[in-house]
Amino acid sequence: MTDTKLHLNREHALHLLREMLRIRRFEERCAELYTEEKIRGFLHLYIGEEAIAVGVMQCLTPEDAVVATYREHGHALARGMPMTRMMAEMYGRQEGCSRGRGGSMHLFDAASRFYGGNAIVGGSLPLAVGLALADKMRGRQQVTACFFGEGAAAEGEFHESLNLAALWQLPVLFVCENNLYAMGTALERSESETHIFRKAQSYKVEAEAVNGMDVLAIEVAARRGVAAIRAGGGPRFLECQTYRFRAHSMFDAQLYRDKAEVEAWREKGPVLRFGHWLEETGMLDPAGRARIEAEIEAELATAVAFAEQGTWEPVEDLTRDVYTERLA
Amino acid sequence: MSAETRETSYREAVREAIRDALRRDPRVFLMGEDVGRYGGCYAVTKGLYDEFGPERIRDTPLSESGFTGAGIGAAMGGMRPIVEIMTVNFSLLALDQIVNNAATIRHMSGGQLNVPVVIRMACGAGRQLAAQHSHSLEAWYAHIPGIKVVAPATLEDARGMLWTALEDPDPVVIFEHVMLYNRTAQLASDAGPVSIEGAAVRRAGGDLTLITYGGSLYKTLEAAEALAGEGIAAEVIDLRSLRPLDDATIMASVARTHRALIVDEGWRSGSLAAEISARIMEQAFWELDAPVGRVCSAEVPIPYPKHLEDAALPQVEGIVAAAKAVTGR
Repeated sequence: MTDTKLHLNREHALHLLREMLRIRRFEERCAELYTEEKIRGFLHLYIGEEAIAVGVMQCLTPEDAVVATYREHGHALARGMPMTRMMAEMYGRQEGCSRGRGGSMHLFDAASRFYGGNAIVGGSLPLAVGLALADKMRGRQQVTACFFGEGAAAEGEFHESLNLAALWQLPVLFVCENNLYAMGTALERSESETHIFRKAQSYKVEAEAVNGMDVLAIEVAARRGVAAIRAGGGPRFLECQTYRFRAHSMFDAQLYRDKAEVEAWREKGPVLRFGHWLEETGMLDPAGRARIEAEIEAELATAVAFAEQGTWEPVEDLTRDVYTERLA
Repeated sequence: MSAETRETSYREAVREAIRDALRRDPRVFLMGEDVGRYGGCYAVTKGLYDEFGPERIRDTPLSESGFTGAGIGAAMGGMRPIVEIMTVNFSLLALDQIVNNAATIRHMSGGQLNVPVVIRMACGAGRQLAAQHSHSLEAWYAHIPGIKVVAPATLEDARGMLWTALEDPDPVVIFEHVMLYNRTAQLASDAGPVSIEGAAVRRAGGDLTLITYGGSLYKTLEAAEALAGEGIAAEVIDLRSLRPLDDATIMASVARTHRALIVDEGWRSGSLAAEISARIMEQAFWELDAPVGRVCSAEVPIPYPKHLEDAALPQVEGIVAAAKAVTGR
C-alpha cells in the first residue's frame, strides 16, 4: 500500500532530483550515440518531461503495472529498469531488455510489470484497461498507470478506453503528458477542446490538470489519484502540462515552433527549477550536486560499456518469439 | 469410443464449448457486443448470462478496438478472455489491436510476455446481409505472423477448438461461418477439446484433391458427391487451421491425386487460395498433372439480392465444373 501523503524530507527530494537527472543524462547520451550511429531507427527524447514519470512512479508499488508510449525511456528508468539492459536495447543487442527486438520504442520488462514501449498513438490505452480489468476480476488491489501524450486524445481508442474504464470502474491512472504538440501539430490546431482533462470528465472520470514541470505537484496529484483508485474509486485522470525541449524524433527539423517558445519553456524546466529550489532551501549544495552527477555518469558509463560489449542475436534465431515454442 | 450422440447445432456446439471453458477455468470470461442480456447476435451465447453472470459474460459498448484491446491486456494480466466480435467486418475497427498488439507483443518484448487471448468472430455470406456484414477476410488474418487462425467447420471442431485455443499461450482467432450456425448433426455427448493444428481429410478419393475450409466445406463435400456420380473420386481436405497451414497434409494428398482445386469464399486476388496454390507449385510441382484450379468469390462487395449473392459465392455447380476442368473431363 502506498502512502497517500507526500513526505518531503531531504532524502526523498534528492531522490527525485537524481531520478530526473538519470533520465536527462541517459537521453543526452542517447542523442550523442545516435549521431555516432550506435543507436538507429526512431529515438524520441523525453527531455523536459522528466518530472511526470518520476513523480508518478513514486506512488506505485512493484505489483502495479505501467503502460507507456514510444517516448518511454524516462518511464522505464523511473520504474527501475536497469540502465544497462535499456542501453543494450537501444543498441539492438540481445542483452537488451527486449532482447534487442524492440529498440528505443519497445522497452519491456515483465518483472517490473512494464508493458512497453507502445508506438501506436492511443493503441496502448485499451491494454491498460485490460490489465486493470484482470486485476479487478482477480481481486488484486493493483493500479495500472497508463502514460500517453495529448495527441492520443484525438484517437478513438482514447475515448473507448476512458468509457470502458469508467463504466467498469477499473483501477487505471491515466496520465496525459500534454506537451502541446502531436509530433508537429499544435494542440489548438488539432483539438476543439484543448483542455484534455475535460474530455475525461465527460466520461465521469475524476480528472485534473497539473503543472507537469513540477515534480512535487505531480507526485502529490498522483498520490491522491492512486489512493482513490486503490480505495475502489475507479479510474483517475491527470493532465500534466509539459513541454518537449528536443525535437519529436531525430528526424524532426522543428519547423512548426519558435526557438523563443522553446527557450521560454526551458526556463521552466523540471530539473532546472527543482534543482534551484533544492539549493535555495539548503537541501543541496554544489558538492552534493556534483556527487549526484558523478554517480549518474558512472552508471551511464557502465551502461554504455554493457551495450558496447553486447552481442548480436544470431540470424538463425530470426523467427524466434513469434509464437511460443512449446516442448512436444 | 461408443459414446452417446445427440442432434446438435453448430451454434449449440459453440455455446457448449464456451460453457465448458467457463466451468473449467475461473480465468475465462467472454466479452463482446450483446453477448449477455441479448444472448449474442447469432444467439450463440443465449442463456450464458443467466448462468455465469455479468462479470464473466460481459456486455461491452460498441467499441471494438477498446474491448479487443482490453481482452489483450487482460490476457497479459493473467486472464483467459474470449473476445467475441459480431462479424469480421466489425473486426476491422479492432485491427490495430489484433495486428499491432496481439500479434507483436511476444516478439517486441523479446519473448517476455504472452497474449493468450481468443478472438471469435462470425464471417461469410449467404444471409443476404449485403456488403458490410458478409465478408470473408480470413486471409488477412492468416497473413499475420504472431496470431493463429482457425476455422472450425464441423460440430466436433466447433465444440473442441475453443478450449485448446484458450490453453494456447498465443493469440488465436476463430472464424465461425454464419451459414454453419443452424447446421445440425450428431455430436457425441462427451465431445471435448480437439487439436487446433493440422488439416483433416473429410473424404478420401484418388482422382483430385479439393481443398477448402469453414463455410465452403459442405458445398465442397456435396460437389465431391456429385463428382462421384460421374466417376470422379475427389478427396476433400478441410484446412481447419488457416495459420499455420498444414502443408504436409495438402502435399501428401496432391502426391496421390496429382490434381488440386481450392475452394475459398474469399476474393481470388491475394486469397488463401492463391497462397495454397503457390505452395503446391513450390512443393509439389512435379506431382501435378494439371494446373491448380481455384473457385473463389467474385470480386465484388457482397450484393444484397439473393440471386446476385448466390452468383458471387462459390457454389456446388461451379465447384463440380472447375473440378472437371482440372481433371480434363
